[in-house]
Amino acid sequence: MKEKAPLLEMRNITKDFSGNIVLKDVSFSIEPGEILGLVGENGAGKTTLMKILFGMTVIHETGGYGGEILLNGKPVMYSSPLEALDDGIGMVHQEFSLLPGFTATENILLNRESTKYNFVTELFGDRMRTLDRVEMKERAEKAIEKIGVKLDEQTLVSEMPVGHKQFTEIARELEKSNVKLLVLDEPTAVLTESEAEILLHSMRRLSNEGIAIIFISHRLQECKDITDKILVLRDGCIIQEKATSEISVKEIAQAMVGREIKASLRDEARDIHKPLLNIKNLWVDMPGETVRDITLDINEGEILGIGGLAGQGKLGIPNGVMGLYNSGGEVLLKGEPIPLNNPLYALNSKMAFVSEDRREVGLLLDEPIDWNIAFSAMQVQNRFLKPVFGGLVKLRDEKAMEEVADHYIETLEIKCMSSKQKAKELSGGNQQKVCLAKAFTLEPEVLFVSEPTRGIDVGAKKIVLDTLKRYNREKGTTIVIVSSELEELRSISDRIAIVDDGKVVGILPATEPSTAFGLLMLGTVNNGEAAK
Amino acid sequence: MKKLQMKTILKFAENNAVPLLFLVIVAFGIPLSGFSMNYLVQEIIVRLSRNSFLVLALLIPIMAGMGLNFGMVLGAMGGQIGLIFITNWNIVGLPGIGLAMIISIPLSIILGWMTGKILNKAKGREMVTSFILAFFMNGVYQLVVLYGMGTVIPISNSSLILSRGYGIRNTVNLINIRQTLDRLIPLKIAGIQVPVATFIVIVIVCVFIVWFRKTKLGQDMRAIGQDMGVAEAAGINVEKTRIIAIVLSTILAGFGMILYLQNIGTLNTYNSHEQVGMFSIAALLVGGASVNKGKISNVFLGVILFHLMFVISPMAGKNLIGQAQLGEFFRVFVSYGIISIALVLYAYRKLRAKELSGSALANAQEEK
Repeated sequence: MKEKAPLLEMRNITKDFSGNIVLKDVSFSIEPGEILGLVGENGAGKTTLMKILFGMTVIHETGGYGGEILLNGKPVMYSSPLEALDDGIGMVHQEFSLLPGFTATENILLNRESTKYNFVTELFGDRMRTLDRVEMKERAEKAIEKIGVKLDEQTLVSEMPVGHKQFTEIARELEKSNVKLLVLDEPTAVLTESEAEILLHSMRRLSNEGIAIIFISHRLQECKDITDKILVLRDGCIIQEKATSEISVKEIAQAMVGREIKASLRDEARDIHKPLLNIKNLWVDMPGETVRDITLDINEGEILGIGGLAGQGKLGIPNGVMGLYNSGGEVLLKGEPIPLNNPLYALNSKMAFVSEDRREVGLLLDEPIDWNIAFSAMQVQNRFLKPVFGGLVKLRDEKAMEEVADHYIETLEIKCMSSKQKAKELSGGNQQKVCLAKAFTLEPEVLFVSEPTRGIDVGAKKIVLDTLKRYNREKGTTIVIVSSELEELRSISDRIAIVDDGKVVGILPATEPSTAFGLLMLGTVNNGEAAK
Repeated sequence: MKKLQMKTILKFAENNAVPLLFLVIVAFGIPLSGFSMNYLVQEIIVRLSRNSFLVLALLIPIMAGMGLNFGMVLGAMGGQIGLIFITNWNIVGLPGIGLAMIISIPLSIILGWMTGKILNKAKGREMVTSFILAFFMNGVYQLVVLYGMGTVIPISNSSLILSRGYGIRNTVNLINIRQTLDRLIPLKIAGIQVPVATFIVIVIVCVFIVWFRKTKLGQDMRAIGQDMGVAEAAGINVEKTRIIAIVLSTILAGFGMILYLQNIGTLNTYNSHEQVGMFSIAALLVGGASVNKGKISNVFLGVILFHLMFVISPMAGKNLIGQAQLGEFFRVFVSYGIISIALVLYAYRKLRAKELSGSALANAQEEK
């Protein structure tokens, strides 16, 4: 009796995506009624771990995983989230999976509606049963009561404040009769403080009823307040597993950010003070990366890093300034206003952008490398064209294109067969280098680079970063680099701005210790404190 | 307060732009045409009984998020084949209509199932796919009716067969069933004929649709219509449900076609079904429905407004510029035009929603 198996145990979980290891030997267990906090940077492997638990199809498509999952001591392996649900494991997603045109009740009971018999079912089967609205109302009310919030079960989801949407999602999981374990993926990220308070309160209620909760959050203070145990993931490994009472917020932050880059790798601080680009009250409506109110001055000749957690709006900044997403506010280049929502004007003003979405935005996948490199310059600056018939017609100057392509293939070490190879045949890292070459060809004064090292291997990463740095030093180009990887930013930037909730929460020199940035990102300190 | 009222009026106008536009056209057209009120009411009643059923067939796929079912033409083909058979077998009156419907059911199921399968492969592009599919199936229909009937499929009635010995004639006289349903329960109010039995059938379909929305299957369709991904995640079999939606729509379209033709009395073998799809969709859109929203009230309002325009436009054209052809031109022009407008409005509203979310961000800044 003493040796009762834990509710859920994950043992020695390992997972790689085509050789790229994302989880290494991760083991943990959770008891009924326990609240486990799972924290870690973006890309630390939290989401993958949960995907494995739920048996999401992506996991199976990429070759499954190593290790085993035990539920009540029995090994389980789910082939779809629905099976996990049957075993009483529920998940509340970061993005709402609610139907806007349905009421709270209809959403809570989606595909589990109460129904009544009618004669047509004899002919056409159970799907012709009519809905029993009265019973549905009762069930929904009961589920809402379990959370302990006030929520009108007849409101349409589209008319609800975000907080209520979150509660509706949770109520949906709770309504499933046998729910034993609930995974909450950043449930408080979209909530106001008072709403988050209510949510934490109801989490405690649920845990008292014996429901175990895995709580994923970037708000460390909340984790500290609510959880029984905290698990810190970094680079696919468990760095720390401790009872919450034995660890401080600062220690958690340190464990999360971890690796300290060697001082020698970093250049000395440069003193650059002449503003080149002023961004004032910028908002950008980029789905998933909303920029709310950014005011930022970028100095001539510097490398400015923009960091922050995923979804906080850092990617929206270059996309908004370059006119790729609907945006508003003021952008001044050398005092001249740049009209927004006009990519051509932005490009003509000697600004260039290497998009984070290199396959969709960055490259013409079906075209050869030299076309890709020369394309923007040809469109925007009329280069790589030669006049025929006295300038009546302009044709592509294939020779000039090839020359420039060969130049970059050599300097950026693009691994390819020739400049005529198609972009889609290159590896991710080499594609990224082509994107950079394309931007360099424009000879910009300001270069925005967004997530330049996402999804590429370590060697290519170094080349990309070194190239950016060299370009900055040699040509004096101002570079704004947006990245989720703080250490990467720290290794090449002069200053780093941290974006949280669509606003700049602090700008620090890159020489500051990484914990200072970590705390800024996690919203645990205010600007004044961090700047000290 | 006044500002608020103005805003709601404007919003109402924006949401109902198409029906309001038609209301204006009709309001100008009626006096121009010089028709008596009695005549117009009689015409509207006839058209309502003739067309409503067909338009109602469009509602279920809209509910399931599959847009306007241009594939309803396939159902109409099934209905026509049923009618050809009963004419061949010389089955008279209500039993004839009933049998034609029964024959159309398996055809509609097969055609609908096929359409559904194809549309599942073209999610998000259902409308253009079903539109082209209707063209393609028209070819198959012609092959069957023009070459198959009288050769492979035995047709004995010589009044049906082309003089060369096989293939169905251009027009088939449906004298056997002509208006049998319309005249089943005769009723005349102030000189106006009311086809009571037909209206009873239409009411039954309306009740069915209302009831259907309340079933588990209807709820599943509404869920899929809003977000396929979410519905799938909740364990609803999305593809199967979508196929059911199209099959139901096709069956109803087949029935609707039979009712439509029993009122007209002659079958235009190679044309009837073609027009029916476009005119039904146009009527529904005129009634204020859109690609993702359709109510029963839209059906009736649409049929009344659209066909009122049909009735008055030739005379109005004649009185206005001395040419009745204007009316015919106007019909086709308006039908295609209205479908285009509805599609543009749908895209425009999506764009508007995007703009609004942008200005919401800008406003949020100012509030601070």
